[in-house]
Amino acid sequence: MSPDVSLPPLVEPYPELTVDEVRRYSRHLIIPDVGMTGQKRLKNSKVLVIGAGGLGSPALLYLAAAGVGTLGIIDFDEVDESNLQRQIIHGQSDIGKSKAQSAKESIAEANPFVDVVVHDERLDNDNVMQIFADYDLIVDGTDNFATRYLVNDAAVLLGKPYVWGSIYRFDGQASVFWAEHGPCYRCLYPEPPPPGMVPSCAEGGVLGVLCASIGAVQVNEAIKLLTGIGEPLLGKLLVYDALELEYRKLSVRKDPNCAICGENPTVTELIDYETFCGAVSDEAAEAAVDSTISVRQLESWLDERDRGERDFVLVDVREPNEREINEIPGSLLIPKGEFLSGEALAQLPSDKSAVFYCKSGTRSAEVLAVVKGAGYADAVHVGGGVSAWVSQIDPKQPSY
Amino acid sequence: MSVSVRVPTILRTYTKGESEVSVDGATLSEVLDSLDASFPGIKGRIVDEQGELRRFVNVYVGSEDVRFAEGLGTATADGAQISVIPAVAGG
Repeated sequence: MSPDVSLPPLVEPYPELTVDEVRRYSRHLIIPDVGMTGQKRLKNSKVLVIGAGGLGSPALLYLAAAGVGTLGIIDFDEVDESNLQRQIIHGQSDIGKSKAQSAKESIAEANPFVDVVVHDERLDNDNVMQIFADYDLIVDGTDNFATRYLVNDAAVLLGKPYVWGSIYRFDGQASVFWAEHGPCYRCLYPEPPPPGMVPSCAEGGVLGVLCASIGAVQVNEAIKLLTGIGEPLLGKLLVYDALELEYRKLSVRKDPNCAICGENPTVTELIDYETFCGAVSDEAAEAAVDSTISVRQLESWLDERDRGERDFVLVDVREPNEREINEIPGSLLIPKGEFLSGEALAQLPSDKSAVFYCKSGTRSAEVLAVVKGAGYADAVHVGGGVSAWVSQIDPKQPSY
Repeated sequence: MSVSVRVPTILRTYTKGESEVSVDGATLSEVLDSLDASFPGIKGRIVDEQGELRRFVNVYVGSEDVRFAEGLGTATADGAQISVIPAVAGG
């Protein structure tokens, strides 16, 4: 176990608090470790929260309530009904609105003394360095590997600390990364999983309240770093299991062979993160070329099948829970995993072609690669999956 | 040598939903073989085709990452707790 680290406060105290602020923050001011000086540090702090989603919602609200003087919000997305199960900074009337703007309005209500800077754009290689430069600390609550590696690399290159949190179903992880004083994200996870191996929350789901468990840990660590109290989660990985209700702390070493913060770095500037992480595997992308049909095509193929003019088997490769929400009629369920393990190939008829679909077309492309490799040359998959079917063909079904 | 292995949500499809399983083995390599014998396929999610630990899955014996110990050769004392922690990106 590496020795516990203690770091100086990240931020100098603001000259004074107003009378209104003293009243508002009194429960902080009477904690000796925070006190007037700590609260003035918070007031002088500039924190950027990446993503106003599951983790960003509680993080932004608590950072605002705590009196962080300037909060940046970066999110390009709009509020969707399926967000509201966990993204508590948004409400029913915000559906369709920019998440960053919606979050700004909620923060104004939570604490009008906070200056909110809205970055209504997608974080990318062109804007990340400029945006990060204005902040003392970054809180990472994004939902994909590409952005997480981008955030890490930009933070390392700029020498910025950041608080990282990540969630899936009932599992949460959190840590503090700061290459100047300890490990970075690449020291913990040198490479992203290949596309398709680790489902996203959109594919696998997430317990709503898990966002609060991990988002609150992130704010806890942010406040400690900003004010210089306690022992930060630097060099430690917090692992939370909501089903067992267990928090464990594991050690994270600084990797001397780390690609960006090691002794001989190979990453010295921002790289192409979409290529590094991949949206679909090379095999899946190749299999899908000239073997992707639209939901409109599928609709006419199904009509032709009904009239006996065409024969094919339509296979839903999602999980049973997803099929309870919606489905394309006339399909049978064989989850993707059964194709990857090979056991499902025997269930495919050899005398007719197969059409695969999933939620959005990623998993079905992976299945396509497997079945084409097994000799089913005329198999195709449905671009956009059941989501496109619901939005374009059958809007009466719910989407997710 | 009996050790307990904490199974992350993402791999519980292999263990019929069990979050913690007991297996035998004096090294991590033996533990993973024994795990795979009970729950076929799970080892392939932790170790790649070349037999190396996958770079996006961390395995801890106690609170130490085996990448900074002896890797798959790391000793697993009787009663050791082994944690498999995969990278997840949800937020």
